[in-house]
Amino acid sequence: MGIRIGSRTVKFDMPPNIISFSSVAGKDEMNGPYGSCFDITFEDGLWGEKTYELAERKMQLKAVETALKKSGLKADEIHLLFGGDLLNQIISSGFVARQMGIPFIGLYGACSTMSESLLVGSMAVDGGFAQHAISTTSSHFATAERQFRNPLELGTPKTPTAQNTATAAGAVVLSARRGQYPSVIYATPGRVVDMGINDVNNMGAAMAPAAAETIICHMEDTGRQPGDYDAIVTGDLGVFGSELLIKYASESGWDLSGVHKDCGALIYEGNKLMHCGGSGCGCSASMLCGYFLPELIKGNLKRILFVATGALHSPTSALQGETIPSIAHAIAIETGYSL
Amino acid sequence: MDIKKNIDATNYQEYVKRAMPKSHLFKECLMAFIVGGLICVLGEALNDFGGNVIMLDEAGVNAFRSATLIFLGALFTGIGIYDVLGRFAGAGSIVPITGFANSIVSPALEYKWEGYILGVGAKLFTIAGPVLVYGISSSIIVGIIYYIIGVI
Repeated sequence: MGIRIGSRTVKFDMPPNIISFSSVAGKDEMNGPYGSCFDITFEDGLWGEKTYELAERKMQLKAVETALKKSGLKADEIHLLFGGDLLNQIISSGFVARQMGIPFIGLYGACSTMSESLLVGSMAVDGGFAQHAISTTSSHFATAERQFRNPLELGTPKTPTAQNTATAAGAVVLSARRGQYPSVIYATPGRVVDMGINDVNNMGAAMAPAAAETIICHMEDTGRQPGDYDAIVTGDLGVFGSELLIKYASESGWDLSGVHKDCGALIYEGNKLMHCGGSGCGCSASMLCGYFLPELIKGNLKRILFVATGALHSPTSALQGETIPSIAHAIAIETGYSL
Repeated sequence: MDIKKNIDATNYQEYVKRAMPKSHLFKECLMAFIVGGLICVLGEALNDFGGNVIMLDEAGVNAFRSATLIFLGALFTGIGIYDVLGRFAGAGSIVPITGFANSIVSPALEYKWEGYILGVGAKLFTIAGPVLVYGISSSIIVGIIYYIIGVI
């Protein structure tokens, strides 16, 4: 069983292995620079379904099924399914769990859900409470617009700091099985940080301090340096949020500039219509499962710190004038780890 | 590590405001002027057409122009063009009556899946509702003031 080190990092005793993973992405993501990385892509937002909510559910289901297939396991061998999404009552995940029949722990961490589900999933596997577990999440541009913003066909311009919710999903199979796999070594749960940003169109600025805090805390707890990682991958800070992270981490004495990458800034890189980049649970999930984990397996990366970031506001809290509380969880993943 | 000890929240908010990417005010005003202007030119053309070609009286011309523009706004919303226009035209396509049509038709399309009563019926005015509430309320207040001035 894992131990706590420093102020809040968990060091896994028998680091859970990532034995398989899968990613699903929509059209804009497919046309982005990482389009060829995703396992499954689709053109039409509805993906043959009647509603966008059903399409999102299908995305998450396909991600889970594909990851499961790659692992060679059957659904009844998976002891726990950790999932969440952006919709009210996390319906995408709940309905996927209904279909899969795997004991389900629903999570809400907004766009931080991928690292949140990996964190809890790794704890369950390392703790011996599950032999195999799946961590999954999804987001869909159209369902998120319905949930948080305006009707799709409403003709209003976006602000330059706005980000585009990625239509994407990812799933990871965590396992106590030993072998040559990427392993989850550390997990640093985030604290909720609120620096008083209340602009819901500038989520990167709201989340950057939370990411900075979790990353710095992780370094302090583990005694590692940013340079010990081949990449420190944040979830969806976007272009501007990433600048803020680098600036404020450096003001606290930590230079992240060489190793930091942001899934939100990468996923649509070069597409001006996307303003500051991508966001949503699926953004970091699909980039982790589509790009970073394969790079770890290929050996191009040895060790990454995956820090998905989430804004924990709701449309109601925003209308009532509340600021945006944010969170980031860090997961240290590396290859070649031996017990 | 407590980030709040390292970063002062007020300074942070000020820095974010200063450093965040800004809208290109001039470019956006220009686009709004051009697109909004063109919609108004279309309105004028409809006026002339209604008055001079199909020989409508003044009330008829007003109704003809408004109804045609609303129809076009709804049509272009339905075929998925109005939101693309709005992305770069901004106020130029929001303020004219076509924008009003867009604000009603877009929720109608959006919420059809939740049914005609609690979906379309309940959500139809989510965007246009405030405009109607305060538009009608202020017209009543202005009407009362107008009446009082008339009596005096």
